[in-house]
Amino acid sequence: MNPRTETTLWILQRASAAVLALCVTVHLATIIYAVRGGLTAAEILARTRGNNAWLAFYALFVVAVSIHAPIGLRAVLGEWLGWRARSRDFALVLFAAALAWLGLHAVLGVFLG
Amino acid sequence: MSASLKVRVWRGGAKGAFQEFDVPRAPSQTVLDVVTHIQRKLDPTLAYRYACRVGMCGSCAMTVNGVPRWTCRTHVDRVSKNDELAVAPLKNLPVIRDLVTDMREFFDKWARARGSFTGRRTRREEFHQVVPSDASRRQADAGIECIGCAVCYSACDVVAWHPEYLGPAALNRAWTLVKDERDTLGLERLRAVAGDAGCHACHTHMSCTEACPKHLSPTAGIAGLKREVLKAALKGEL
Repeated sequence: MNPRTETTLWILQRASAAVLALCVTVHLATIIYAVRGGLTAAEILARTRGNNAWLAFYALFVVAVSIHAPIGLRAVLGEWLGWRARSRDFALVLFAAALAWLGLHAVLGVFLG
Repeated sequence: MSASLKVRVWRGGAKGAFQEFDVPRAPSQTVLDVVTHIQRKLDPTLAYRYACRVGMCGSCAMTVNGVPRWTCRTHVDRVSKNDELAVAPLKNLPVIRDLVTDMREFFDKWARARGSFTGRRTRREEFHQVVPSDASRRQADAGIECIGCAVCYSACDVVAWHPEYLGPAALNRAWTLVKDERDTLGLERLRAVAGDAGCHACHTHMSCTEACPKHLSPTAGIAGLKREVLKAALKGEL
């Protein structure tokens, strides 16, 4: 892979990490706030169903995860398994697509209810 | 100080074993003194490498009790445990024999990182005046005293995991040239040091900085390269 593409991957990973730092903080704070007095599916759906702000927030969260995790895993696979062939990138594109599909599916699930 | 030191020395190539020697202690004795004593008095077949003995040439680095060090400036008092010493060749480099490693790959990587100065003036022109207090010059000066001993390269986890990784010394060299206002290689060097085998592979473990006998910080230089590559990428120049 050429230096430009690898640098772009590095930038994407750092940028998605910055987004994740914010998203994870908001997500954890919401959990801690929401579980006070117990937690039910109905309560979660009441908060998220039809709420465009939560839809946008969790869609951004899922996109950031789908970018960040495969790039990090790329380095782990290279360093720990010596897997640096083209097949690694192909597998990771599939992994990214799976993360995005599963995540967005879940986000739409709680939005549409 | 006890009368003698139990020294285990690596013998053989990649496959080999430690051989034990008893070496008399002496005041201000260095690890290189110990190895030299073994070679001159106990076993003349021991292979090791040194030249200046005063911390300038970078040829005597070895692994001492598991840690890469310049042996000519490492006092036995500081590193021996229970009057025992284990001396092995540097890690991350092929072993030729005993304590001697093949450093070709280490220096080839300096070339791959475009580690040679490329100026624009000829000998018929005036000298280029560099202001010592200039911010770029000071950053270059902070990394310029490298003696090429490969201690950092031997200490680096990423080199162990990724044999193509250019390593701290080559990247530190590239950084000092990136910050040299007389140098003209610019983007070509940034392209050479970007990516998986270059500065972006560094995990900032700082093992190189901890081990460097000259107290340089290749980690800082590598971080600087990441910033310069980022700027070039954002401008669309990379």
